[in-house]
Amino acid sequence: MPKITYIEHNGKSHVVEVPNGLSIMEGAVQNNIAGIDADCGGSCACATCHIYVDDKWFNKLPKKEDAEEDMLDMAFEPNKFSRLGCQITVTDELNGMVVKMPLKQA
Amino acid sequence: MIKTDVLIIGAGPVGLFVVQQLGLIGLKAEVVDNLNKIGGQCIELYPDKPIYDIPAVPECTGESLTKNLSEQIEPFKTNFHLNERVQEISKEKNNWKIVTSKDKIFISPNIIIAGGVGSFEPRKFSIKEAEKFENNGVYYSVKDKNYFKNKKICIFGGGDSALDWAIELSKFAEVILVHRRNEFRGAGHSAEIARKLEKEGKLKIKTPFQINSIEGSDKINAITIKNENGKIEKIATDCLLGFFGLIMKLGPIVEWGINLEKKHIPVNTENFQTNKEGIFAIGDICTYPGKLKLILSGFHEGALAARACFKLARPNEKYKFEFTTTSKSMHERLGVKDK
Repeated sequence: MPKITYIEHNGKSHVVEVPNGLSIMEGAVQNNIAGIDADCGGSCACATCHIYVDDKWFNKLPKKEDAEEDMLDMAFEPNKFSRLGCQITVTDELNGMVVKMPLKQA
Repeated sequence: MIKTDVLIIGAGPVGLFVVQQLGLIGLKAEVVDNLNKIGGQCIELYPDKPIYDIPAVPECTGESLTKNLSEQIEPFKTNFHLNERVQEISKEKNNWKIVTSKDKIFISPNIIIAGGVGSFEPRKFSIKEAEKFENNGVYYSVKDKNYFKNKKICIFGGGDSALDWAIELSKFAEVILVHRRNEFRGAGHSAEIARKLEKEGKLKIKTPFQINSIEGSDKINAITIKNENGKIEKIATDCLLGFFGLIMKLGPIVEWGINLEKKHIPVNTENFQTNKEGIFAIGDICTYPGKLKLILSGFHEGALAARACFKLARPNEKYKFEFTTTSKSMHERLGVKDK
């Protein structure tokens, strides 16, 4: 099962196994990892599962759809490595990926 | 003071449908919502996105769902108290006393919280200084556009509100529109107008930039903005307008002594009552083993909570289960003639 590393803004790191097919957001929520709110439940409508993807991994991800980019406009301190966790599906190719959470989600 | 059988917090799809369930069994409800219109998340977050899992409705949008629900509860002539938030609740004998942000008072034996993930509030600037200047140079809405006449204004955001206000205020103020990327997400037309005004020198557009700092002591003198490569620019300005959409905040609910579990309200699945008698939670805000955040689940939760409300609102009457196909009293309440 792919291992994903979630790093909270304070530096606290969580390495968890996330089954293929779940989203990065679901992987965090199901493992009770702080820093991802997911208010809308994963419908790309709230930008509270905002993460920064480690630069080594960012370009390996499928490109953002317009809807995700639009929601990122509302996220807290987005940068060029920003993604929404609900829009990234975990696959074997993402084994070892590292994502960081912003200071807060809103 | 308004007396009612049930006070509903939240006019989203679940709050609307429970009005119907209450109405059918003869209970009167009043609905309070912080937004300026009914529909909740459906209207605010995804009015145009198609929804495919409403029973017997193959496809609809947040907007059409709201319209249909509103039609379905029409017979029950319900009062909606919009732009209003429930602030305090307290127990008075067998009733709850509910006070809103507009100091309206309701007396009701039942409260149904159908509040989604909380009430909608504007998302704010991420930097700390913005808080200090809030309502004194930093704004998240335009209450009176004349206030901005001949001022230097920086508008932040890339959606319709940002574009529309940039276009409108540029008629009589010096406007700079700042956005974190080069593309705008607002309706194509507004973006075109903004670009045209930029060419004509009537509006300045700075992309891809985000706010970096605010300068000034008792009022704003200038701000700095920063791009992805760390390039910083200083802009002299009188005020900032931020349009970053809305975020849901649980708000005063956390102070009512209701048990919470990670922003959700645990309920029992027999009647969706919280730890407080007469306070129920349905829809996205409630949680229980197996909870699904689906509109259809909220409808079911509302149907059961409505029956539980009957017991407290009509303690001396016996609740009788009936079907809308055959019940004469339900037909009367619906205003339909028996065939």
